[in-house]
Amino acid sequence: MKNQLLLKNAGTMLVRVLFAVVAAFPIVFMLVSSLKPDQQIFGDMSSFAAFLPVGNISFDNYAAVFDRVPAARFLLNSVGVSTVTVILGIFVNSLCAFALSRMQVRGKKIVFTAILATLIVPFQTLALPLVWWVNQLPYFELNGFSLEISKGWLDTYQVQIVPFIANAFSIYLYHQYFESIPKELDEAARIDGAGWFKIYRRVVMPLAGPATATVAILTFLPAWNSYLWPLMVIQSEELRPVMIGIQYFFQLNVSWGEVMAYASLITVPVVVLFIAFQRSFVNSIASSGVKG
Amino acid sequence: MNKMLTKVLATSIAAVTLTAALAGCGKGSASSPAEGSNEIALWTHNAGNPDELAAVQKIVDSYNASQDKVKIKVQAFPQDSYNDSVVSAAAAGKLPCIVDIDGPNVPNWAWAGYLKPLELDTDLSKQLPSTVAKWDGKAYAVGYYDVALAMMARASDLKAAGVRVATIEQPWTKEEFQDALTKLKALGKWDYPLDLGTAGTGEWLPYAYSPFLQSFGGDLVNRDGFQSAEGKLNGDKAVEWANWFHGLADQGFMAKKSGKDSTQDFLNNKSAIIYTGSWAADKAKAAIGEDLVVMPPVDLGTGPKIGGASWQWGVTSACGNSEAAMDYLSYSLKPENVAAVAKATGAIPATEEAAAQIPAFAQGGADRIFMDFSRKYAVMRPETPAYPFIATEFGKATQDILNGAEPKSTLDKAVKAIDANIKSNGGYKK
Repeated sequence: MKNQLLLKNAGTMLVRVLFAVVAAFPIVFMLVSSLKPDQQIFGDMSSFAAFLPVGNISFDNYAAVFDRVPAARFLLNSVGVSTVTVILGIFVNSLCAFALSRMQVRGKKIVFTAILATLIVPFQTLALPLVWWVNQLPYFELNGFSLEISKGWLDTYQVQIVPFIANAFSIYLYHQYFESIPKELDEAARIDGAGWFKIYRRVVMPLAGPATATVAILTFLPAWNSYLWPLMVIQSEELRPVMIGIQYFFQLNVSWGEVMAYASLITVPVVVLFIAFQRSFVNSIASSGVKG
Repeated sequence: MNKMLTKVLATSIAAVTLTAALAGCGKGSASSPAEGSNEIALWTHNAGNPDELAAVQKIVDSYNASQDKVKIKVQAFPQDSYNDSVVSAAAAGKLPCIVDIDGPNVPNWAWAGYLKPLELDTDLSKQLPSTVAKWDGKAYAVGYYDVALAMMARASDLKAAGVRVATIEQPWTKEEFQDALTKLKALGKWDYPLDLGTAGTGEWLPYAYSPFLQSFGGDLVNRDGFQSAEGKLNGDKAVEWANWFHGLADQGFMAKKSGKDSTQDFLNNKSAIIYTGSWAADKAKAAIGEDLVVMPPVDLGTGPKIGGASWQWGVTSACGNSEAAMDYLSYSLKPENVAAVAKATGAIPATEEAAAQIPAFAQGGADRIFMDFSRKYAVMRPETPAYPFIATEFGKATQDILNGAEPKSTLDKAVKAIDANIKSNGGYKK
């Protein structure tokens, strides 16, 4: 009986390991290829050597990346834009979900349904009208002691952030999570003299850690991977995010080693974030009944 | 209650301040210059291509130093996403003064009202014909260079198979090409002896494969008025092309989907003949040396053909100082400037005067053959605003045919879509 159980566990483990290896192959290929010259990458392609750091290995591709692309600047831009989007997204979306979950407001179901309905509309269909809209917004700039007002948000940092703060899916996730938190806790806090904002800040949000972790990841990933939007609204090199940077390598003669080195560089922050929040992420997805 | 309101208010103010602080991070340097400024923005597709970008920047610097009325400011974008950036800027009314444009797109941009006709103090008749983009009888863009398609192989491989080297005087005929591929395949050295870059996407498909169609006697559209593709893209000659093209894969001469980088595969001896552009020549020469042979494309009936036109420069209709922009373009077309950019890119210089300044492209130079190909074989992609749509339809049809779709009905479908598009746009008349 014990042997049977051991055998079963070993079998399950083997299947898991196989899945893990298959899933890891592209990442291993990327990391290994980033250390090889172009001709060797293609030469190794037909054998297992494609996944092994063998042959002419060096960090030359990484050095070349920084010569071709202002990679540090792009990384900094993406970290900044993604982080601010996440922070403001958590604040705004959780507040919205809290109001929809806890406050007794007439028509809140209609509001919630309307918010969810926006999930159906793909971003690509909104992109061009949105470009027009953001180009109509007032832009305030301090010039010495005078405040200058001009029109249009194109080619700024905030145009990469503000349109993505409010997010229907984040509101939904928070709403579902808040629904699972007993309302009696609110009432107890209210007896102790807490107002709505204190209940939100001191009672509900501290219990919504897994939802916050999920929202953080689900907001961070699209912000980090953002490509179409910055392509349309950013013209200056100093404001570009990392994903635009990858296009720098696709010239008539593509330097594949450099592509792999750059891809490795920009993948690291995402992997670190996922590992940091992995447990909360899985918990929240499981508890909100959302399938990936 | 008041306390709560104060806190909500404080938090809201904090959030608004944070957003405002972000707003205060400032606009990018490529934003439209302030009114009254003497700055002129120039957009180019050269981000990530340091050599060409440096050559363009050098021309701009020298122009800026030559006068003090205006200052040209360069903003570079990555090539693959450049068109999307320009189209978005046009939608937002934020086009710069000077843009570079991929030649075949010029008529569409001119028709869409993005570009002004050129008024330059330069004799454009000295340019390679494929480096001047015209529409409706007017020149809208001019380039410093062109590129040329060619076939490359190792002389030793051809010799081993008993195949002669094709030359500009005597290109391979369709039958010779079939024979050459059969013999090379029989050597057993390669899974597929031919690599036509079938993994390519986007503009590569019409750029690379429509010249074969034209060599058969077909075309992408009827060039007499550019109002229909009927009979040209689905006529007998076009069907003949489709059968031949699919046959290359069917007979095992080439892969339906080649490797991602044909040049690298060729250098790794995974193919005997590649069909690529002049841009790959330097890399191939460096790796293979004297064994490399550069040959013209196959004569499939009406002589070898290659696609004409590369990146060119134009002035946008949004430009508030088009006189200065035109002046800059005229200045930039000086032979030494054209030569400098062509040298940096390894591309074919647009004029003989510039070619004379680059040993490789001067008479008898190692790369002169590409200039000869361009002069002798280049066919402009149809100079119609419908071209981007035609190119997409042709690309889809080519891939379908390669993957086994019935040629005639596939080409009929493409023709139907192209004709409908032209009709729905009022014939793309001005």
